[in-house]
Amino acid sequence: MTVTEERPTSEVGKARLRKEDARLITGQTNWTDNIVVPGMLHLAVLRSPMAHAKITNVNIDEAKGRPGVIAVFTGKDFAEEQGTIPCAWPVTPDMVNPGHPSIAVDEVKHVGEAVAIVVARDKYAAQDALEHIDVDYESLPVVLEMEAAVSDGADKVHSHIDGNQSFSFVFDAGEAGTGEPTQEAFDNAEVVVSRRFVQQRLIPAFMEPRSTVVQPIGDGFTMWTSTQVPHILRLMLALTLGVPEHKLRVIAPDVGGGFGGKLQVTPEEVICMMVSRRLRKPVKYTESRSESLMSAHHGRDQIQYIDIAAKRDGTVTGLKVRLLADMGAYLRLVSPGVPVLGAFMFPAIYKFPAYRFQCDGVFTNKTPTDAYRGAGRPEATFAIERIMDELAVELAMDPMELRRKNWIKHEEFPFTTVAGLTYDSGNYEAATDKAQQMMDWDGLKAEQKQRRESKDPVQLGLGISTFTEMCGLAPSRVLGSLSYGAGGWEQASVRMLPTGMVEVVTGTSPHGQGHVTAWSQIVADQLGVPFENIGVVHGDTASSHKGLDSYGSRSLVVGGIAVVKAAEKVVQKAKRIAAHLLEASEDDLDFKDGSFSVRGTPDSKMSIQEIALATFAAHNLPDGMEPTLDSDATFDPENFSFPHGTHLCATEVDTETGRVTIRKYVCVDDVGEVVNPLIVEGQIHGGLAQGIAQALFEEAIYDDDGNLTTGSFVDYLVPSASDLPHFDTDRTVSPATSNPLGVKGVGEAGTIASTPAVVNSVIDALRYLGVDDILMPMTPERVWRAVKDGSSGGERAAEGSLAYSATADTEESAL
Amino acid sequence: MTRIKVTVDGVAYDDDVEPRLLLVHYLRERLGKVGTVVGCDTSNCGACTVLMDGKSVKSCTVLGVQADGGEITTIEGLSTDGRLHPVQQAFHEAHALQCGFCTPGMIMATVDLLSENANPSVEEIKDGIEGNLCRCTGYQNIIKAVQAVSSGGTQ
Repeated sequence: MTVTEERPTSEVGKARLRKEDARLITGQTNWTDNIVVPGMLHLAVLRSPMAHAKITNVNIDEAKGRPGVIAVFTGKDFAEEQGTIPCAWPVTPDMVNPGHPSIAVDEVKHVGEAVAIVVARDKYAAQDALEHIDVDYESLPVVLEMEAAVSDGADKVHSHIDGNQSFSFVFDAGEAGTGEPTQEAFDNAEVVVSRRFVQQRLIPAFMEPRSTVVQPIGDGFTMWTSTQVPHILRLMLALTLGVPEHKLRVIAPDVGGGFGGKLQVTPEEVICMMVSRRLRKPVKYTESRSESLMSAHHGRDQIQYIDIAAKRDGTVTGLKVRLLADMGAYLRLVSPGVPVLGAFMFPAIYKFPAYRFQCDGVFTNKTPTDAYRGAGRPEATFAIERIMDELAVELAMDPMELRRKNWIKHEEFPFTTVAGLTYDSGNYEAATDKAQQMMDWDGLKAEQKQRRESKDPVQLGLGISTFTEMCGLAPSRVLGSLSYGAGGWEQASVRMLPTGMVEVVTGTSPHGQGHVTAWSQIVADQLGVPFENIGVVHGDTASSHKGLDSYGSRSLVVGGIAVVKAAEKVVQKAKRIAAHLLEASEDDLDFKDGSFSVRGTPDSKMSIQEIALATFAAHNLPDGMEPTLDSDATFDPENFSFPHGTHLCATEVDTETGRVTIRKYVCVDDVGEVVNPLIVEGQIHGGLAQGIAQALFEEAIYDDDGNLTTGSFVDYLVPSASDLPHFDTDRTVSPATSNPLGVKGVGEAGTIASTPAVVNSVIDALRYLGVDDILMPMTPERVWRAVKDGSSGGERAAEGSLAYSATADTEESAL
Repeated sequence: MTRIKVTVDGVAYDDDVEPRLLLVHYLRERLGKVGTVVGCDTSNCGACTVLMDGKSVKSCTVLGVQADGGEITTIEGLSTDGRLHPVQQAFHEAHALQCGFCTPGMIMATVDLLSENANPSVEEIKDGIEGNLCRCTGYQNIIKAVQAVSSGGTQ
């Protein structure tokens, strides 16, 4: 028998245009700041201008008398009930958490901290009244630099704890049994290269400023807020403020970007809840951009000491990493976990036999740090990809050859690394070959040589980043072993409506990623129902009651798989009813293209949408069967997701002006199977933009007094269209083996990979002048200084920048 | 209070406003035109871009009183007879938006750019939308959308 089966066109893999766009391109949006509730009052926040000071007096009398002012509150008014901003990731048993008040009571510890709240009938009255509050501060010593903060006799951020260290997290592969003793590897090394790298402080800078509305309803509350994590937020607000969990509904309406910056329980959300509870009135708070930049959490900010050991032939034999990670003044939701996630990524794609990692979390009088796109993995990728280049120079080897010699070969997967992770699949050779071909690598090498020889003032540099990352958070038991406060599962429901339409409920909380479109594609394939007939519900704890939200490139690889599992259950239930109605045995039924048919009797068939109606009517169901097809699934993956790729960057560096221009950027990413190539490419583009921006443009700078001098978009340089190159992107496909769709996370890949590719290319252009490092962002000033001095570009990048000057030129060893 | 007469998306309004009231706040809070958004407080991001008498302006740098006698078009007034404006359509087809917060301003800036230069080069497009920040897309698909709708494009 010849079977000429017509393959149905699969929805998964199609470049479907997004369902989300219709409202976003027409202005029919529902941002939190658009929401108006009858009787709603407006909050304005008075913020500390001091980085570290005692509050000796707050006079609110005049402000209270202003027209339209309903109430004015200070920290003392909420001291008893505000608790602390929760930290869900105590990375060590003895981690010191000094507590994080939402509104300062006796002392302020960073500029921008809330000191007083005005509640007024409109935002203008509230804002005007702020000027009529008098606060007396008694200044205290300001702690800003991590290396100074951990030295003996340093001034302290928190007077009630010893020193400025929150934790010291160690991962030692020798002790963990995943590798050989590290010290031995270094003692026996033929070559050791040590470097000190700086991960400057960045700001997530989502486009939609954060906004929160709280409405008391009966004895409960509804909160609309610009968050990535409505479910986590509900739980944490319940625990922090004692609002019964079932009396609190959290809604994330349209959310304008997050990038980790809205993975938080913010002081402002807590303040809105407390004020609404106190006054029994609906309240709204919307931050200004400058408030956002100084008080929403920052990212990165590490000093990295990294040592690599190798044989003369280029075989790597050991890796040691010591980090100082700036927590800022307090610990927020996952502040300590961010650098610790990086612990497992420093060995990257290379077969290190020995590895030791230590991270010390340090308090300073700055805005707290927490997740920012990549969260720990960009930092790790930067350090390893930078030092691989430095090792190549030391060994006089081609940097790509050094990488090829040490990376995991495609036939070696699954591969358990020295950090104890099992990479399920990948093909570094294929991605690299493709990228080099797209780049015209050899042609650019020849041009570089020619420019060098002709002493061209504009030099060409070629940079490499062969990265992998761990994402899709994640296996609950692994998160448990890392002391994370929650699991990593995700929930989905698939509801069959009587008209044949399908409603998918997801616990993920998209804010630009396109889950409505992608989940529709997944369900269309699973149920054989048209893409257009599927809707997706998300971001409301009342309708999507269970979930762990969107961050860490987890939505598809965890949440999307939960959708698959729920749809499979729907089909199983429908099959039983189909068998009953078609008067056939379940074993004789085939399910294809949305219809059940009796094998051998092709005319005897019923679509799943017809079965949905029959189930709704419930007139004729199998005995004992509940009249529903609706199904839930909660998926907990057994492994992380390990996307990888090769990113290549060619930069032209003007040695006379220090100007860096990206001439060509090529990346070949392997994110496994792809649900929607349009969305995947968009994620890569956006990720690249943020990673390149770290290399060239962005830095949160504090002056000597602890004032953020990049507190507006005038000074904090989010790149514009003119600042970024064209991206030449392509993909290879090594399906993930850890989930039925074969998919891997993609949200952070571009950001994780791109920063070292850019920096390596600039160093490559200037290496002949004796330049072996340039601090990020590589501003024209820093590059010019590096060219002039043959150094790392000097300490001071800009007026008022501290730029880690304390020991910027010292060479220290990791441990 | 100052009296202003202004036409917004084809509707005439006659209102008393405080002299300090910004156009964007007038649009959002008085007229309910919340499709236009505020992204910064320094006129850097362009999220609030609207057309005033056919030219793009950042409505956070225009006072309501300056719009007196003027004609304003916001993102909500761009499509006609239920049909998307070609720039809106192009943004959709090129996947030129993700979170969509910058999109209203970006689309309005593009409409103005194309009215001045119907066939811009990539560099001219970049210059034209330089005053509008997007944190999601890396701009590549936005540039593609603008090209698609320009006279040299396929549409």
